[in-house]
Amino acid sequence: MLALSAQLALSALLALNLPLARAASDDLPQVMRLLAARRHGRVDFVEQHFLSVLKRPVESYGVMTYDAPNRLEKRTVEPRPEELVLDGNELTVERKGRTHVLDLDAYPSILPFIESLRATLAGDLPALERVFDVDFSGDLDRWTLTLSPRDSKVSKTVSRVRIDGSRDVLLKVEILEANGDRSLMTLRDHPAP
Amino acid sequence: MSARGAWAVGVWLCCLALAAWAALDARYVADLSAFLPSRPTPAQQLLVDQLRDGPGSRLLLIALERGDVETRARLSAALAHRLRGDREFSNVGNGDEATAARDREFLFAHRYLLSAAVTPEHFTPSGLERSMQETVADLASPEGLTLQGLAVRDPTGEMLTVIDQLSRTQAPRPRDGAWTSADGARTLLIAETVAAGSDTDAQEHALAAVRAAFQDAVRDSPLPPARSVELVMSGPGVFAVASRAKIEHAVMRLSAAGSALVILILLAVYRSPSALVLGLLPVATGALIGVAAVALGFGVVHGITLGFGITLIGEAVDYSIYFFIQSAGGAPERWERRLWPTMRLGMLTSVCGFASLLPSGFPGLAQLGAYSMCGLIAAAAVTRFVLPVLLPRNFSVRDLAPAGERVARRLRAVRGTRAAVPWIAAFCLAAGSIAVLLLSRHALWSRELSSLSPIPATELRRDAQLRADLGAPDSLDLVVVQGASLDSALSGAELAARALEPLIAQKVIGGFDSPAVYLPSRASQTARRASLPDPATLARNLDEAARDLPLDAGKLGPFKSDVEAARRGRLLSAADLAGTSMAAGLETLTMRRAGGWSALLPLHAADPSRPSIDIARVRRALASAQSSAQALDLKQESDALYSDYLREAMRLSLAGFLAIVVLLLIALRSPGRAARVLAPLVLAVLTVAAVLALFQVRLTILHLVGMLLIVAIGSNYALFFDSGDRDGAEAGPTLISLCIANACTVMGFGLLSLSGVPVLEALGTTVAPGALLALIFAGILTPAPPTPAPPVHA
Repeated sequence: MLALSAQLALSALLALNLPLARAASDDLPQVMRLLAARRHGRVDFVEQHFLSVLKRPVESYGVMTYDAPNRLEKRTVEPRPEELVLDGNELTVERKGRTHVLDLDAYPSILPFIESLRATLAGDLPALERVFDVDFSGDLDRWTLTLSPRDSKVSKTVSRVRIDGSRDVLLKVEILEANGDRSLMTLRDHPAP
Repeated sequence: MSARGAWAVGVWLCCLALAAWAALDARYVADLSAFLPSRPTPAQQLLVDQLRDGPGSRLLLIALERGDVETRARLSAALAHRLRGDREFSNVGNGDEATAARDREFLFAHRYLLSAAVTPEHFTPSGLERSMQETVADLASPEGLTLQGLAVRDPTGEMLTVIDQLSRTQAPRPRDGAWTSADGARTLLIAETVAAGSDTDAQEHALAAVRAAFQDAVRDSPLPPARSVELVMSGPGVFAVASRAKIEHAVMRLSAAGSALVILILLAVYRSPSALVLGLLPVATGALIGVAAVALGFGVVHGITLGFGITLIGEAVDYSIYFFIQSAGGAPERWERRLWPTMRLGMLTSVCGFASLLPSGFPGLAQLGAYSMCGLIAAAAVTRFVLPVLLPRNFSVRDLAPAGERVARRLRAVRGTRAAVPWIAAFCLAAGSIAVLLLSRHALWSRELSSLSPIPATELRRDAQLRADLGAPDSLDLVVVQGASLDSALSGAELAARALEPLIAQKVIGGFDSPAVYLPSRASQTARRASLPDPATLARNLDEAARDLPLDAGKLGPFKSDVEAARRGRLLSAADLAGTSMAAGLETLTMRRAGGWSALLPLHAADPSRPSIDIARVRRALASAQSSAQALDLKQESDALYSDYLREAMRLSLAGFLAIVVLLLIALRSPGRAARVLAPLVLAVLTVAAVLALFQVRLTILHLVGMLLIVAIGSNYALFFDSGDRDGAEAGPTLISLCIANACTVMGFGLLSLSGVPVLEALGTTVAPGALLALIFAGILTPAPPTPAPPVHA
């Protein structure tokens, strides 16, 4: 009995796991292909920051625009208007009337925050794998990418990035920092004007 | 040798010995000061300080080109490491992470003394709430991700305020730990020399040190592509060294070439080596006496004065030519009696011209005047008193009388029979020249000091490129604050900064730098420290402020202890900045001068594509804020200074010309004769000026000096023609001596026009054609004598 139930359990597990394993091998490239095929996207975002220094989470929201292959624009409306534009490796931040231009390569601590999103949107698996160990779960209609920084210097700031999506649409981006702080960004299609 | 002759030689030798001693003992300088006023006004003094020792003057811009980015970054680190160990450099920047980390640490540790936002109001419940609200927003922003760790220690965002205060200008971006141009083509470094920019020797040494350090870095580099990387340097020191080398090189080369040519001509003419040696004695004596006179009169001798010395050869060599050829046939006594007075008058005319330069505030010109005057008098005296004594008994040069006769016949043919024709032609030429000069009068004179600069435009463009890459604009507009101490200068800078702040919003200026950002005055620091509340008050206010904020006041312990440490801490002094880039910032923007300190606030243009600033509005803003600061537009000031020199030189030249007129009137005792002597000279000057104007050459102060030289040299020709009798220019020997002297002059100055150095080219292109024209005009305009002069030696 015991042996049988163990076998059942095992087969049940196998039954559960086998399709999953197959999905990982087939669906990841397919999701990436779908994402890569998408040249333009425009979404509303709500971002919640759970920080140890805060009594309650702080929320920010705004609009994010993506143009393939490497232009990402994040326009925050609240709590304070702010614009962040990533073009190639150049990050332009406009804040309080001042414009700061940063070279992404010069700031390894910011890199994972940006690269996880940009490379995923571009469907660029090799780029993702340069920075992260990539773990895929779920299927085409409901997938989750779990990204762990490969570089120890990077993992000192970010311990994990989790991206939930459905086909070529990103739904949630969660960034877990090494110090326990966390931010969760929820994306929704931007209503057509 | 007669007793009188022995005396002459004795005096000459004594003078030579004394002059040699003075010349050897003299201090020779090759810095900017030849072009700077000797008696500056206070505003000019600021300009002079800036040009000599200002922050910009000590900055070396270094770029590594070719090779790949990573190799260049490694070389940059190796080069910076070597230069930092060199005492010649007070500061070396290359964008390395170690310095950046030290900077951040310093700024964070002293943020409450450095931040302008720290006021008593800042720490009230409402002040804290406002600044912490901002911090919460920052935390929610993408940038906030890098700030989270700081939030518990700096919830009021003081570090951001401090960074904002510092980053007024776009700094170059580090890549692989080294500053790299936006296009990635160049890796950049800056090195600041300890020595002043005006110390050309030290600058030259520093440049050599950079080159040697670079070669070592390349040699020790394990990366093979390092060999292909090239070192490029720019900056005021580079320019000073390059232009001095260029002038020195040109002067040496041209003096050698000019001397060789003159020697060849004289050898060909005299066919006698002893005549050649004797003939060069007046020139050599004149040069030596000239240098000695400058050394004794001015204390220092400017290198450029020696450069101009070549002009002396142009006239002094003529004296011995006149003597040998005119006294040919073994009659020095007759030459002394008949022709020496004419030559003496010619010499005095030249001396009058050069004497007019003596009062010039432009040390280069004053020295040129002294050098030429003393040199000419010495050369003429040697010709008159020493040469006849030294002349060997059987001395003779080739008989040139027949050649002279041929020239004389030609001249008579050109003049024709009617004396009026040449004069009518001359009037037409003069009228035409005056018309040309009048038409181009607005664009006739160059008003820019840079017109004297021997730096080619390509190098100026490269300098601009490197400055743009480095975000180190050439600070041409400055606000200068004086103070009795460093601290009072910093206080003044803070007051001026408050006056300048509104101009940024009004787009009059794009921004400014201030040394008080790196080291606030003690008054400001004390006020900021006094604004910090005691622990109990801070805790109370913080609780109240955080009540409605998402921030957890209970987690802000580190903030409270940091504030308390700052409240009990001591004030910052300049020594605390050591090892950070802030030390360099403070050092470049402050200057110790006699009786106190200056703080410099370089202004940045609102629109980088149109880098001009309305300096009058800046002055008004400063005045209305009761600030004693002065606003300077360095380019405008230096051009104004140059314009002053030019106006002064024009006035002095005119005075010199009038002195010559008076001298001729007295010596010739006839207005008509004086006019006949002057006419060819004036005509030559007018024609040369008109031709230069037609070729769109902007005239500089050196062209003016050249015109004075035309009059000085040409007056000899005109006087010999004027003496008119059988010993004058009409006689073959005299005429041919004038032609040979003229050939030497044209040759010498013609070479100058090929030098590639603007100051020397200006002299050459003016004097070479001017001297030739002066001779031709003097020959043609002198009325033919009633009867042709009989050949002298027949």
